[in-house]
Amino acid sequence: MSQRYLLALYNNFDEAEQVVRELRTSNISGFNADDDMVVKSPIEHPEVEEFLGSKPVKVQWFTLFGALLAGSLGFLWVASTQANFFSQMKGGKPIVPIPANMVLTYEFFILGGVYITVLGFLVCAGLPARRSPLYSAKVSEDQIGILVKASESAAGTLKDIFTKHKALEIQEEVGK
Amino acid sequence: MTKDIREDIAWAKINQDVLNSLETPRKAYWVILFVAFCVFSVGVGCEVYQYNMGMGVSNLDNPHAWALYIASFIFWIGMSHSGTLLSAILHIMHADWRKPIYRFAEAMTTFSLITAAMFVAVHLGRVWQIYYALPYPNERWAWPNWQSPLLWDAMAVFTYLSSSMIFLYVGMIPDLAICRDNMQSGWRKKLYTLMALGWEGTDRQWRNFRMTYLTVACFLIPLAVSVHSIVSTDFAVSQQPGMHVTSFPPYFVAGALYSGCAAIISLFIILRYVFKFEEYMTLPILRKVVRLTFAIAMVWTYLNCVEFAATWYSHDEPEKAVLIQKAIGPYAPFFWTMIFCGSVVPFAMMVKKWQTNIPIMFAVSLLLNLGMFLERWMIVSPTLSHDFYPWQWDHNQWPSMVQWGIVFGSFGFFVILFMGFCKVFPSVSMYEVKEMVYHRSLQSRKAEAEPAEGFAAEELAVKGAN
Repeated sequence: MSQRYLLALYNNFDEAEQVVRELRTSNISGFNADDDMVVKSPIEHPEVEEFLGSKPVKVQWFTLFGALLAGSLGFLWVASTQANFFSQMKGGKPIVPIPANMVLTYEFFILGGVYITVLGFLVCAGLPARRSPLYSAKVSEDQIGILVKASESAAGTLKDIFTKHKALEIQEEVGK
Repeated sequence: MTKDIREDIAWAKINQDVLNSLETPRKAYWVILFVAFCVFSVGVGCEVYQYNMGMGVSNLDNPHAWALYIASFIFWIGMSHSGTLLSAILHIMHADWRKPIYRFAEAMTTFSLITAAMFVAVHLGRVWQIYYALPYPNERWAWPNWQSPLLWDAMAVFTYLSSSMIFLYVGMIPDLAICRDNMQSGWRKKLYTLMALGWEGTDRQWRNFRMTYLTVACFLIPLAVSVHSIVSTDFAVSQQPGMHVTSFPPYFVAGALYSGCAAIISLFIILRYVFKFEEYMTLPILRKVVRLTFAIAMVWTYLNCVEFAATWYSHDEPEKAVLIQKAIGPYAPFFWTMIFCGSVVPFAMMVKKWQTNIPIMFAVSLLLNLGMFLERWMIVSPTLSHDFYPWQWDHNQWPSMVQWGIVFGSFGFFVILFMGFCKVFPSVSMYEVKEMVYHRSLQSRKAEAEPAEGFAAEELAVKGAN
């Protein structure tokens, strides 16, 4: 069954918020506000989360995993190379000196944390991505875009809601 | 008080102004680039000469095996810390005035680290054996000494360089999307399209972006501190008089922030003029950076006093001899210039009128950096020329013109990289300036509305009482 994509552009966050609230409360068959609606904005605006409903961010789990893994592997690497000295005389000094190795472990911890955080960001944010079916360069300038995916039957109702809230522009495209 | 930025700037104008900077800077841009190229050529010439003739031409020899190359390495590493200060520390502290200026500070971090890394190769002399710096085992599977601060240094600098490049790039993605959307065609369009990774500013992207930026910022702060602390252990872990100092790690970190902030003032003034950023890099923001620099200058001065006092009261004779040697020996002119530039000149920043006087602040920032360069040199050379034993003393071994030429050339190298970056990538963060303008205008509207509401509530209370 074919789907329709609609992108409505608004002047500011207040107008966009009104539309999103109405879409979330209205019960339109063939349209699910939680899954089929995306808000695009030129700036990071935490209030968008409030009116869109909170969605979990999982990047920090990547961070934790990456930092711990890299720190542990780093320490193991350094310690295993020092373990080579088990077969050699070391004059009574510790073969694996914990305090001195902490410096490098710390650096590995940070290195892994940063790299895996960025990897997590790309995974969680869905980047790199192809252009979505509808995109307006105005969204990266000064307008707020609301992109919805809906069935043919719901498209008309959605368009009416967008028009009622004085959308600056409505783009439409048929997709799968 | 004047506002940091005009709150009524249209978002489209912010895009336009920054995008224009990529296309049509003032002519001064090309003049700066030309001068930088000439300066860099001097450095390249000296390096080629040193490469062909051997390290003898640099006049580096025992006991004075470290001099300007290592001092420059520390200087450039230090310079990089201001980017972290502005982008990470002030980000976490919600100081939004950093928004128009943090991007170039981050770029400065990256390019100064690259310049610093170059000095490792230069100091090595046998550049073709640079791979010796990598940790790998020899034919008997004995690995390098992991307990050596030099190895820690290599690891810390690599971590810092790669993390700051990632931080710079990730923070730039929304702006790259703006560039992509506004370029018609050509290599720039292709580059921005590739680098923007298909960013569209969706709520999902912003949500994850915010968390990522904050997390990486949290990592960068301890990383920056660790990098310069580790650089300080190159000296402090040794037994040399004048270098074996407990307070070196905080002293190095404070010095790094100090020189970085001074460099930010210089570059702020240059970029403001060259790219016509007068509306974004405003005088009230300059004043804030100047005040921050002054505060750090005082911390650095205090740590200097701590170091001198600790040496003096320790009654460690070789340690004292090095300090006296700095103050009245052949290095005295440089030592006192360092003290003057690092601890006296900053007081010019206390004069309110001068804080926003561009020529004065530009001159002050250059003097501060001169002082900070000399500081690094005064850490390295006086100790090595006046070691424990008199037969090791060598007070007449000065850096040759080849050393000076390479150090001079490194400034050209840095400027070429930095100005090249500013011409290709937006040096003012467009989306963050929009956020700043948006949130500040909201606050202003709220502040305007509040007295009226307050008055209404008061009136109601009076009516209720009646």
